[in-house]
Amino acid sequence: MTDSAATTTAPASAPTIKPKVSSEDWIMRAVLVGIALYLIVSILLPLYAILSKSFKDVDGAFVGVANYAKFFSTPALFWSIQNSLTVTLICCVIVVPVAFLYAYALTRTCMPFKGFFKGVALIPILMPSLLPAIALVYLFGNQGLIKSWLFGYEIYGPIGIVMGESFYVFPHVLTILLISMANSDARLYEASTALGASRIKTFFTVTLPSVRYGLVSAFFVCFTLVITDFGVPKVVGGKYNVLATDIYKQVIGRQDFEMGAVVSMVLLLPAVLAFAADRVVQRKQVALLSARAVPFQPQRNPATDGLMFAFCGVVGFILISILGVAAFASFAKFWPYDLSLVLNHYNFDLMDGGGWDSYFNSIELAAWTAVIGTALVFTGAYLVEKSNGFLAGRAGLQLLCMVPMAVPGLVLGLAYVFFFNAPGNPLGFLYHTMPILVICTVTHFYTVAHLTAVTALKQMDAEFEAVSASLKVPFYRTFFRITVPVCLPAILDISMYLFVNAMTTVSAVVFLYSPDTSLASVAILNMDDAGDIAPAAAMGMMIVITAAAVRLLHAILTRGILARTQAWRKR
Amino acid sequence: MKPKLVSKFSLGIAATMAAVMMSAGVVQAKTDLLVYTAVEADELKKFKKAFEADYPDVNIKWVRDSTGIITSKLLAEKENPKADIVWGVAATSLLLLSEHNYFQGYAPKGVEKLDKKYYDTKNNPPLWVGQRAWIASICFNTVEGKKNSLPMPQTWNDLTKPVYKGHVIMPNPNSSGTGFLDVSSWIQMKGEKKAWAYMDALHTNIARYTHSGSKPCKLAAKGEIPIGVSFAYRGAKSKNQGAPLEVIAPAEGVGWDLEAFGIVRNTKNLEAARALADWSVTEKANKIYNEEYAVVAMPGVAKPVKNFPPGIESKMIKNDFQWAAANRIRILDEWRKRYDGKSEPKS
Repeated sequence: MTDSAATTTAPASAPTIKPKVSSEDWIMRAVLVGIALYLIVSILLPLYAILSKSFKDVDGAFVGVANYAKFFSTPALFWSIQNSLTVTLICCVIVVPVAFLYAYALTRTCMPFKGFFKGVALIPILMPSLLPAIALVYLFGNQGLIKSWLFGYEIYGPIGIVMGESFYVFPHVLTILLISMANSDARLYEASTALGASRIKTFFTVTLPSVRYGLVSAFFVCFTLVITDFGVPKVVGGKYNVLATDIYKQVIGRQDFEMGAVVSMVLLLPAVLAFAADRVVQRKQVALLSARAVPFQPQRNPATDGLMFAFCGVVGFILISILGVAAFASFAKFWPYDLSLVLNHYNFDLMDGGGWDSYFNSIELAAWTAVIGTALVFTGAYLVEKSNGFLAGRAGLQLLCMVPMAVPGLVLGLAYVFFFNAPGNPLGFLYHTMPILVICTVTHFYTVAHLTAVTALKQMDAEFEAVSASLKVPFYRTFFRITVPVCLPAILDISMYLFVNAMTTVSAVVFLYSPDTSLASVAILNMDDAGDIAPAAAMGMMIVITAAAVRLLHAILTRGILARTQAWRKR
Repeated sequence: MKPKLVSKFSLGIAATMAAVMMSAGVVQAKTDLLVYTAVEADELKKFKKAFEADYPDVNIKWVRDSTGIITSKLLAEKENPKADIVWGVAATSLLLLSEHNYFQGYAPKGVEKLDKKYYDTKNNPPLWVGQRAWIASICFNTVEGKKNSLPMPQTWNDLTKPVYKGHVIMPNPNSSGTGFLDVSSWIQMKGEKKAWAYMDALHTNIARYTHSGSKPCKLAAKGEIPIGVSFAYRGAKSKNQGAPLEVIAPAEGVGWDLEAFGIVRNTKNLEAARALADWSVTEKANKIYNEEYAVVAMPGVAKPVKNFPPGIESKMIKNDFQWAAANRIRILDEWRKRYDGKSEPKS
């Protein structure tokens, strides 16, 4: 305020120095604007379509805030806000510390079987959130294997939601923490040791501050994932209503699109707050991995290593059990009366959901999403973090990138129906096709992928760009020769994240699939909806197996690349 | 690295285009008919095969989901409908859709042979034509019933007895067509005030509400819950598969709805849609309906279905579809206000 006042009163006396904008900068800006346009069409305009719906009545007449007034005067809906916040916060309070310790064990100790634990932690990411919830029913339901462990409490309700969601978000949270912990400067630890700080003091003065950005990111990724997920509460929510299932009920059950739009707008609020928090923390973040950094190598410490091994063992056992139960249930002939193992439930062609075709459609969707999404996301994140000037554009794109996480998939899908199927929309030809599923899925998972890329890019010192620029190396060469190789672990994580989520996503595509593009994950929802729980588990297992196989193949293929490009991290 | 990526890309695009062109070549021989339906998935193959045997030029493509979902999908697309024909969806939903001018009138050849109360006689030609009735029933798991020493319920009122507390599950009428026909039938039988009092009492016994109408019965079949409020076809089917079930038609009377069809106003495949409409009122079609459902639109065709509750036809209430469609939103609002928000308070 005072600055602008000063410049307006005395413009001539203080000429501002404007940095020269090179042709390179213009290229970057054009690409940046292109990605921003993509996000505007794929998220903002559909959101506007659904927002305007929330101010209209059934016939499309503008009714102001009447729908909102109805929402806030309906106690049932208001309680859902409280319910959603309760389970979400409990879940994050459990998951973030657990994932933090797990990430700490993997990156900062010499615990044995690290590779194994890293793999085990990814189990939940291989499945739709519906599947752990189904497994919980087989574990703790009325015919569950260990029902008594709940001491008479019911799995259908907040307990089940918190358990299922904790399982579901664990790898998402862990991924962010792992990346923020992967790059750290050993010199800080050396200094800390040299100054005689204890391990605990080092933890609080070096380790924790260095990952605080990752922790905040992890927390709000957890928060928004849980509050917007509807797979878990749909299966084990029982009578405990949360906002995500409310939207589903409003839209699917009551055909009240206007109220569905209102509830989704209410769900957008936490995301806006999360975004504000992110901006505040981001401003305080400094590059940890400077050009002079020395990669950290953990030292042996039997006590810590043993303790961490035990901790990871317990977490790993829980993760494996959930998968094991789902697998067993998919083969059991007639739970609980006949537990002989059969393949009947894998005969999907007699069930809801589109049969085996949907499985192959899902693979196609996942492949396209991974290829197109990774290129788009990483380029976008790079331009936000590393391009010069154009602050408004970069902040704008960053803001756009944050929007998708706030949007529950169901709302996104529905918004697509309103937007793309509106008469006269020139993009209407996309409706009911595979491309619209790809666009929707890339957009739906844009934010976490973007954050992963940003977290990785943030840890690269801006000196790389500065040095390259002073040597007159074009930015795209720096990008392909330095940025991409250094960030390759993050890029690979992003592509896997997108592939697997495209395999597992349900909510965003449930309104968008057509008979030619039915999907495996939606089939699980439909089969569970129809009460065919064992076939639902079986289809879930097909997704798990596929995602795991692709992941394994991917790991083998890229091992060589990683060894070549990441050797510098080791001394 | 970059050129490699680009060539991979264009390769993918070329392959996709080739696939699209090839599939377009195949499609031209037959007319694709996009049919939105809520008929249970295990029956769809049979209908497609039988119809296409009579009309080999038509290729049915199903979009199948439970009643609430398919209805909301249709409503979401109401400005620009995609379906050619809505087929095997609740008459209540079709009435709701016809308020949005969704259908074009058509009198299928031979529609006059159907029972007058099963098709639209208000409009000529009719906007919708019924196919068969699906009827509410209670599924009771005898093994779990014995384990919990529960007597077999015989009436709707029985379900409110304290002994059944936590042992009953029913579909949420907001999402399930079966759930809605239960609530609508209770109100039509008992009158508003008594029906809500009944549901208040029932609510205290309900373990939870499911999204679909067949799920309560499937859960009862698995013993996850002893008693599921569902519909007769699903109960009989599960029992035929060997589940320890009894399918009960409560003495007071049972709610029902019609599976019905209507041709969408802007279909580009009118001829094929009319062919399906014509076929759907034939005796042959009605005989197929009867394989799983006891009550069909053509009089004199139906034979008893195995494991259907005996005498269920005589217990069907006099259902007022117009009233049900007109009051649907109000009833669901009231239901949600009373029961949906009463989720257990945080403990």
